[in-house]
Amino acid sequence: MVQNSPASTAGDTPRAAGRITRVNGPIVEARGMAGAGMLEVVEVSELRLIGEIIRVRDDVATIQVYEDTSGLKPGEPVFGTGMPLSVRLGPGLLGNIYDGIQRPLAQIMRHSGHYIRRGEKVPPLDATKQWGFEPLVKPGDAASPGQVFGRTQETQSVEHRLMLPPDVRGTVVEVAPAGDYNIDDVVCRVETGHGETISVTMAVDWPVRRQRPSTRRIAMDTPLVTGQRVVDTFFPIAMGGTAAIPGGFGTGKTMTQHALAKWSAARIIVYIGCGERGNEMTEVLREFPELIDPRSGRSLMERTILIANTSNMPVAAREVSIYTGITIAEYYRDMGYDVAVMADSTSRWAEALRELSGRLEEMPADEGFPAYLPTRLAEFYERGGKVRTLNGREGSVSVIGAVSPPGGDFSEPVTQHTSRFIRCFWALDRELANARHYPAISWLNSYSEYLDDIQGWWQQQDPAWREWRDALMEILQDEVKLQRVAKLVGPDALPEQQRLVLFIAETIKNAFLQQNSFDEVDMYCPPEKQVQMLRVLTQLFRRSRDLIRRGGTLADIRELPCMNRIVRMKSAVPNDQVDQLRELFERLNREFDEAERRLA
Amino acid sequence: MQDVGLEYCGLRQIDGPLLFLDGLKGVSFDEVVEITAPGGEQRLGQVLEVTEDAAVVQVFAGTTGLSNAGTRVRFTGKGLTIPVGRQTLGRVFDGLGRPKDDLPPVLSSVRLDVNGAPINPYAREYPRDFIQTGITSIDLMNSLVRGQKLPIFSGNGMPHNRIAAQITRQARLLDRDVSFAIVFAAMGVKYDVARFFIDSFEQSGVLGDVVMYLSLADDPSVERLVTPRAALTCAEYLAFEENMHVLVILTDMTNYCEALREIATARNEIPSRKGYPGYLYSDLAGLYERAGRVQGREGSITQVPILTMPSDDISHPVPDLTGYITEGQIVLDRELFQRGIYPPVAGLPSLSRLMKDGIGKGRTRDDHPHVASQLFAAYSHVKDIRALAAVIGEEELSPLDKLYMKFGEQFERTVISQAEFEDRSIQQSLELGWEALRILPRSELYRVTEEELSQFYDVKNGVADAAPPADPPGAG
Repeated sequence: MVQNSPASTAGDTPRAAGRITRVNGPIVEARGMAGAGMLEVVEVSELRLIGEIIRVRDDVATIQVYEDTSGLKPGEPVFGTGMPLSVRLGPGLLGNIYDGIQRPLAQIMRHSGHYIRRGEKVPPLDATKQWGFEPLVKPGDAASPGQVFGRTQETQSVEHRLMLPPDVRGTVVEVAPAGDYNIDDVVCRVETGHGETISVTMAVDWPVRRQRPSTRRIAMDTPLVTGQRVVDTFFPIAMGGTAAIPGGFGTGKTMTQHALAKWSAARIIVYIGCGERGNEMTEVLREFPELIDPRSGRSLMERTILIANTSNMPVAAREVSIYTGITIAEYYRDMGYDVAVMADSTSRWAEALRELSGRLEEMPADEGFPAYLPTRLAEFYERGGKVRTLNGREGSVSVIGAVSPPGGDFSEPVTQHTSRFIRCFWALDRELANARHYPAISWLNSYSEYLDDIQGWWQQQDPAWREWRDALMEILQDEVKLQRVAKLVGPDALPEQQRLVLFIAETIKNAFLQQNSFDEVDMYCPPEKQVQMLRVLTQLFRRSRDLIRRGGTLADIRELPCMNRIVRMKSAVPNDQVDQLRELFERLNREFDEAERRLA
Repeated sequence: MQDVGLEYCGLRQIDGPLLFLDGLKGVSFDEVVEITAPGGEQRLGQVLEVTEDAAVVQVFAGTTGLSNAGTRVRFTGKGLTIPVGRQTLGRVFDGLGRPKDDLPPVLSSVRLDVNGAPINPYAREYPRDFIQTGITSIDLMNSLVRGQKLPIFSGNGMPHNRIAAQITRQARLLDRDVSFAIVFAAMGVKYDVARFFIDSFEQSGVLGDVVMYLSLADDPSVERLVTPRAALTCAEYLAFEENMHVLVILTDMTNYCEALREIATARNEIPSRKGYPGYLYSDLAGLYERAGRVQGREGSITQVPILTMPSDDISHPVPDLTGYITEGQIVLDRELFQRGIYPPVAGLPSLSRLMKDGIGKGRTRDDHPHVASQLFAAYSHVKDIRALAAVIGEEELSPLDKLYMKFGEQFERTVISQAEFEDRSIQQSLELGWEALRILPRSELYRVTEEELSQFYDVKNGVADAAPPADPPGAG
């Protein structure tokens, strides 16, 4: 059963259930646990370290402990809580930074300084904070699962919609008047058909390993606009879609994830730093509050939730961190928001599975990973999607997972299994990264299965969008073949038309694909601008081809005054003055007209 | 270690570096044990696994000479701790933190567990203070900042030690006259290497600011698992309690990983790649992540780990996993080395992830990020053209490609290459970069702005003095 009632922060008096019999790193075994259930949360030793039961055999339970187990002894007690591992959902999540088991890192620092000590117990949401509650139902109204019964302004840009638990149906018997309440105050009472009265507060607990229910899935037809040209134009992801970013170290996975977290058109961002660097989370914490969301005009931090379980934090908590993140994402989805989850990196999560599996002495499959790796990956990515929520709204969770293949070799198990469960693959390329071409998303190995689903949206911007996009893509693909020849005979031995393809491909790379995330203009490219840039480049290619057909040379084209402007248009044209690109388009036509006249 | 603990006599089994004991009570996970060999010799060990009445213990000094019957084991009931404090400066310790310099033990009221605790990511301060190392290939192209972890990926026979010594000799912050305290940890390196560093510190007169932890090639391999932890524990105290800037050199991480593999194999653990344990990533992260800065403390830990890539293979698990954790890498290139270029820093695979926030306006010079990016782009193009020239011959190249060839040569000979005792300011390094870029036509330089071109490219005399006066570095 779901925990509906206000969590009495279970385990006010945890039952002393068992005694430790074995300690092996984060895996602890305890005897006398016959009453304990699978996946129940337990507290280990007098330090009350948090753990979760992952195997039960007779009365011996195997527990994975989310904190460092140094100093634990056989014979020490283990306390049961009777609850599955859950996250606390309610107002106050936004703008926060949590560890893998939803402990707020800011509060932990206030308690224990720079280092994370063991046995920290801090509630995830501030219970003393007063929230302005506004009821949306009145006594006597019918109450249905997931219904929005009230709201509160969580941040300036996000309204928090308070929902009834998904298994409650009946009649509203009481609702608090508008005013300030904390998350533990009962703000609504519902009488169910069975004559039972359920008290509802603004916060609710939900087990992390369980998907939150929705009515049904609906078709994904809108792109999740990211402001990154290579993504939006060439390999778009749909709102509610799933994508993977595989790449060796130094190819820019995290930089790409950060750019997506900053500029994606999602209302809520959940960023999971899973087994990665501490400084990267610090960078987000420092940078996001200062960046302005181009849509809401408010600080980016107001829509962001961070889950940070860095590489040096306990490995079992790393395993659970991605579930913590995606459960929070589903909660906001249920309010009718579009949520994007960035998981950096799912490989570290898979390695946590491997490490725990090894300590459980399970039989390994590929490269030591457990045989259930693909199942777990599938379960995770399936929690993404666009849905009709229980309360009839539309909401989506887009999932973007970074993958860190050892040695940059995509044939390893995590990359391979992941690519079966995602529909958008942004392969990062070592050579591009070496040339400092960012984002280093390869246009040869990447793909998006959403292209057909969302092209309608782009065609509203301009009906020729797909045609232009495909034309540039073709040039990029042709270039690869021509480069092979050019590497043997030298580019100058190629016919002029083929040299033109090389030249245009180079221009597309520099002027369009490469995007400088430190440039104030170029860091975010709105869709209108992308369409206009696409139009200019397609036109450049077509006019150049004609000019050469009429006897012009590549040198003539290189020397056109507008070329300098084209190469710099991504940063020289301000995002709110896209008309300049229409002027550039006209100027390009004029210059080519003139060049043709000269030839004639 | 005067604590009274339970002492047991006799073992069940000895296997490689591991002892298996039966009939125990009250043993805790991870605690330190003192082992007395039949001959009376004392060794240290650590509990790797406990069950109700049995334990697995790894012995740091190896199990040679131990016997099942005659060995006594005493459980101390606590983790491995070392004394820390300013008193450690100028001292030399062994791999387990015991004095090795014939001086008395360190008198300090503070002893810390070598495992440390993870730094709360919320408590970190983002590193952004540029460190001038005086080495152009680092300062200009892969800048190091205070609190960064930037490893040197090297190969056997290459001059990684000389580069590390040069960094320790020349490193300084631009705006403050502060010197670095140096914590040096040697894992499994030869005595000559340790000697080289000691001599180098001595010559530059900094020996009094250096703490050394030495576990040399002839010391037992298991001890190496503790050495970097001891060094970092010492560094953390100096940085975050004593507010010092600490530069930590860890060499050679490959030897450390091999010791880890040895233990894992002895425990019959399921291996992942190349026999290394599946937790190698987490284990390395536990070391590398102990670099950085924290809020409200002046001090910092900057790490320069050194590792030798087996057969120069960057995809080997040790460099690979290291690269995933550290904030960039300085890769040494065999070909440049063979051509006599010092330091042989590979242009393209080297990277500093924290460079972007530590350089540029108010920090080094406004044009720095663009110049670096332009040099990378141009040098990457040089590589393509060289491949082409190898096929069609250099004479067949277009005039522009020939300029690129010339640029490549100049870049390697004047920008990357420098003398071992040459300390270049960042202004000099930038000017060398521009000098190389001036070989290329203006239209090829699309990663620098028009203003920068007119300010720096159009200066034809090419004298370093032509550069504008040094920017006063702004607020940190």
